[in-house]
Amino acid sequence: MTAVAPPAAPTPAADAARHVGFSHLLMAEWTKIRSVRSTVWTLVIFAVVSLGLTGLITWLTIRALNSGRAGGRSSGIAADPVNFILGTGLGLGQLAICVLGVLVITSEYSSGTIRASLLATPRRYPLLIAKGLVFGALVFVVGEAVAFGAFFLGAAIVHSHFPVALSQPGVTRAVIGSGLYLTVLGLFALAIGSLIRHTAGAVTTVIGLVLVIFNLTGLLPYSWGAHIHAYMPTVAGLLITQDKAQAGQLLSPWQGFGVFCAWTALLLIAGGYLLQRRDA
Amino acid sequence: MIEVRDLTKRFGDKVAVDHLSFSVEPGRVTGFLGPNGAGKSTTMRLILGLDRPQSGTATIDGKRYNQLPRPLETVGALLEAKAMHTGRSAYNHLLFLAQSQGLPARRVDEVLALVGLTPVAHKRTGGYSLGMSQRVGIAAALLGNPPALLLDEPVNGLDPEGILWVRNLMKQLAAEGRTIFVSSHLMNEMAVTADHLIVIGKGKLIADSPTQEFIERSSERSVLVRSPQADLLSELITTEGGVVKQDTNGTQPAGLSVTGMEAPRIGELAAARGIVLHELTPRLASLEEAFMELTADSAEFGAATPAAPGPTEGSGPAHGPAPAGAGQPAPAQGEEIAP
Repeated sequence: MTAVAPPAAPTPAADAARHVGFSHLLMAEWTKIRSVRSTVWTLVIFAVVSLGLTGLITWLTIRALNSGRAGGRSSGIAADPVNFILGTGLGLGQLAICVLGVLVITSEYSSGTIRASLLATPRRYPLLIAKGLVFGALVFVVGEAVAFGAFFLGAAIVHSHFPVALSQPGVTRAVIGSGLYLTVLGLFALAIGSLIRHTAGAVTTVIGLVLVIFNLTGLLPYSWGAHIHAYMPTVAGLLITQDKAQAGQLLSPWQGFGVFCAWTALLLIAGGYLLQRRDA
Repeated sequence: MIEVRDLTKRFGDKVAVDHLSFSVEPGRVTGFLGPNGAGKSTTMRLILGLDRPQSGTATIDGKRYNQLPRPLETVGALLEAKAMHTGRSAYNHLLFLAQSQGLPARRVDEVLALVGLTPVAHKRTGGYSLGMSQRVGIAAALLGNPPALLLDEPVNGLDPEGILWVRNLMKQLAAEGRTIFVSSHLMNEMAVTADHLIVIGKGKLIADSPTQEFIERSSERSVLVRSPQADLLSELITTEGGVVKQDTNGTQPAGLSVTGMEAPRIGELAAARGIVLHELTPRLASLEEAFMELTADSAEFGAATPAAPGPTEGSGPAHGPAPAGAGQPAPAQGEEIAP
């Protein structure tokens, strides 16, 4: 400790040849995201809640049907069993993705890591883009795995009453779409996190928007109310997770997904702009 | 070289940095001094591109920080010690920084060994002491082996051994020709580390000079005289143009504190009249006092202090006989003895 060894000087020749690019930034962001426990825990909670609830609720519903006590409650699952399977567990599990999306950026602010990050990468847009790509890729992989897992689990449980398969129209798209929806939802949360910068405030905002505000617009009267509701980010985004079109649906599944992506892109650009403008 | 030109930063209507200009030369340790709230950290953050100035520029080797192609290999910086995720290990913190610059992971092991953190490198930093966190910050600053280093209060939280280590490290890095810019609010720490001082108060430049010159220019010089015939001697000195104050050591009278007259002259006066002297000591006020005096008007958070005690022992690093004819009027301290 007392001896001071000089930092080894890099050889100038090797130094000049070394190119620093975007791939280095991606590697750095991957190290950041995998080296904190909150990432692992949040994703484990997401998987456990999504698969656990899918299994539990489909099993309870089928048991009620078997004993003839389901009454009118069986109509939902009868009308669209795929949507029933995908909607139960993932509907709650998505909140974990919201929390993780927020944490990925706000934990940098709360811990002060953002300053180390910005000293290493003073160009701030690439930093946010790299973070978004790495986080998006992670949620995509985990989200698709859990979406397929939830589908197969639920399909196996409801099989005796409602045989469903990926080969049925729109089903594969709905399952893949669930993973895509979760990916964009994570980026949506990341964008809100980059705007608000405080964990608690950003988590509250995202969950409030996703669970309450966007759905409340469905209560707006007249046809313009219906249009506003249809274009709300997660309302539009969820269309891609549904194998059958709902009555009075204004957007196609891919249009809805496009609307969700556009909202998210807009918020990410706003987050990037503020990141560039604000003192860190 | 780090150059700051007419830099101004306001937070709301509060001016943190006010038209500040200075340069930091390579090959020496430049101390950046000022009371709490003087704008030291803000200036460093402006140099590093973390904050945006309202006007003015800060450049490193002629480039703004955000124009540097490989920033960590140009400037290493230590800001707040605890600015890292408590759940991430020191190794992973340094690894992501290295990866972002395309530096090999081997470099992380090197700097961890350099700061002595190898044994705890894979433990989460949440359990680190302030001193250990400070070492991680220093390791991060050295990661890119940069020719310039900006260190904000690097000895905060370090034990005496750690302080010595940082001090020697800075001196060695400066001797290698690097630019070392280190802030502190501790004057005496800077006195033994810095070759050059930049002093600011309320965001404005107060002094920009070699440390030695700063001490000599700013320090109050006095001579402590003890004599059984104190009244007679003080009358004599006053007649000859000196200023005499009763020096106190706590509440005990400790002797006479003479300003405006050098020790040899006092000795000669006493000898001519046959006055017995028990002590005749030239004193240089400590750098701490010089700093306080200089920044008294510009301290952001002044505390109400009781009447200042007499000059302390000449413990300043530049302690020695004062050059004849030097010195400047000092604010009245202690009780003046009427002639």
